[in-house]
Amino acid sequence: MSAGNALTRSAPWRGTAWVMGKLGLSGRTLVIAIPMLWLGVFFLAPFFVLGRISLAEALIARPPYTPLFERGPDGSLQIIASLENYRFLMTDALYRNAYLSSIRVAFVSTIFALLIGYPIAYYIARAPEPKRSILLLMVILPFWTSFLLRVYAWMGFLRSNGVINNTLISLGIIDSPIQMMQTDFAVYIGIVYTYLPFMILPLYANLTKLDGALLEAASDLGASPTVTFFTVTLPLSLPGIVAGSMLVFIPAIGEYVIPALLGGPNTLMIGRVLWDEFFSSRDWPVASAVAIVMLVLVVAPIMWLQSVQNRREER
Amino acid sequence: MPQSAIAADTRPWRREGARPFISVRGVTKSFGDFTAVSNIDLDIYQGELFCLLGESGCGKSTLLRMLAGFEQPTSGTMTIDGEDMARVPPDRRPTNMMFQSYALFPHMSVEKNVAYGLLREGLKKSEAYHRAGEMLRMVKLEKLARRKPDQLSGGQRQRVALARALVKRPKLLLLDEPLGALDKKLREETQFELIKIQETLGVTFIVVTHDQDEAMTLATRIGVMKDGGIEQIGEPREIYETPNSRFVADFIGSVNLFEGKVDAVVPDMMRIETQELGAVLLPPQGGLTRAQKVWGAVRPERFALSRIKPENTPNVWHGVVEEMGYIGHMSQYRIRLENGVLIRASQSNRLRDEDPISWDEKVWISVQPSAFRVLTR
Repeated sequence: MSAGNALTRSAPWRGTAWVMGKLGLSGRTLVIAIPMLWLGVFFLAPFFVLGRISLAEALIARPPYTPLFERGPDGSLQIIASLENYRFLMTDALYRNAYLSSIRVAFVSTIFALLIGYPIAYYIARAPEPKRSILLLMVILPFWTSFLLRVYAWMGFLRSNGVINNTLISLGIIDSPIQMMQTDFAVYIGIVYTYLPFMILPLYANLTKLDGALLEAASDLGASPTVTFFTVTLPLSLPGIVAGSMLVFIPAIGEYVIPALLGGPNTLMIGRVLWDEFFSSRDWPVASAVAIVMLVLVVAPIMWLQSVQNRREER
Repeated sequence: MPQSAIAADTRPWRREGARPFISVRGVTKSFGDFTAVSNIDLDIYQGELFCLLGESGCGKSTLLRMLAGFEQPTSGTMTIDGEDMARVPPDRRPTNMMFQSYALFPHMSVEKNVAYGLLREGLKKSEAYHRAGEMLRMVKLEKLARRKPDQLSGGQRQRVALARALVKRPKLLLLDEPLGALDKKLREETQFELIKIQETLGVTFIVVTHDQDEAMTLATRIGVMKDGGIEQIGEPREIYETPNSRFVADFIGSVNLFEGKVDAVVPDMMRIETQELGAVLLPPQGGLTRAQKVWGAVRPERFALSRIKPENTPNVWHGVVEEMGYIGHMSQYRIRLENGVLIRASQSNRLRDEDPISWDEKVWISVQPSAFRVLTR
């Protein structure tokens, strides 16, 4: 609209605008085209490749799956595709348990990240300026070191002869070390720790916009600080809560490294199953089906949330 | 609203020993090194519509926020209806505030915004919404009860804010620049509506404003503030006619100030020797001594312009019209006297077909002795 006007109006652009007009392109299309191309090449195309493999059968060959097209005995081109892998996922309890357990771990981690992240975000948003920047920096600071390094650091804390156990024993609180490594507890710690900044930052961005006059108005109208929080602050920060929870929940569902390093043999998560199918069993078709189902599981609630939010805004 | 229409008993501040409803004693508020409000004493009576008037940064909003409980005084006491407000949090005070930004809850409908305060009192939902509905009828917004604040115009939002602040029937309503965000026409209409609502409900109002016209129209009394202190408290007429300082005289309306010395205090008349106008005769005023430095203040509309030398006053000068501005109901003049002094004068345009005094005309400019106000600071 205005971009197009500016293009046609200023003289040096007239020629370009004319050419683009001939091609049916506007400045806006051009700007959108680049990210679209990126998404197409690096997301959509691999997705179709994955979908196609998930319909094949495993082979001991290279590539390790049956081709999609095959010459029939009579020389005609046949498409070989089956939903056998998906049926297999449904029937084998391992996958169902892995999905459910992944969702559970991601959900619980999200709740804890929210409970820990909200007060931190609130405190930062209310802090006076020089302090606020320092606090924000401290939230982002862990990103400067390698993610793997930080997970290994947690191993150092949680090990049987790690920092925590040694401290507790030397203080005489416990006699023998508590088993923390290779438990679900360690996985929760790792996930909550790793994704906490993704919860804090959107919440901070939301809470910093909160007008202090609204809080004063609530207290002026007779609301105690607690009531003010639940009737004004919390409902107004809902978009921040949703954004932060998504940013934690989605990557947590497919998390592989943290359960692999901190979790034990009993920690069943879909990321690990996926890894095992691809690299241990070399069953690419089943692994692809696992990945596709996971994608659907993650995308469906997001789309539902989005539509709820759109409907609310329209009202 | 004509001042004379108010019966004497509605002006308790004129009565000796009347009990103030709100009493501010020696209140000071400092933010670090900066003193926002310094040592203010103020009495406000039940049913008043009191205006705190001053430029931005004079401390008027801080004083209001201390009454609401959002700020604690550094020293001094404040009582409302005999109750000391120290240590009473905002949510327990018998006050409500209308915020300059209105501070409407964006996630609640108009109705919910208004009912919010009632629900906090523990009122039943049906009762709260019923009373909210009544309040909305009063501000003529009953049809918009289900709208969200961002679907309202500025004037409608202002009414919601007023309704929300009034619905709890506070003992004291605090209004921070209540009309500041409205355009001129709407502001003038709303001023009179505000007065009407205030008189109907009998709630005591304290209004903070930087707009002197608004203060003059609304207020029963005005407190003019400067640098954290109160310069003068009085009815609008007192503030305009008998300002107590050059600041107040200049802040409310426009004024010509002439510096001079008391020359002689003679019976019936007092003479002041001014640099700009020479000797000026005016009625005697108490509390002045000979050779004291004073300022004579005259409002522009008190000057008379004429082509013939007037005989009814001893204060007459001769000059030339340097500037003239026709405004409609009146004309503004700048008259350059023979000694180079510039005087601001205005004349009301009473007759339609008179031959107006215009640019470069030589005129006599005169003023009655009683039109002078002598200021000592």
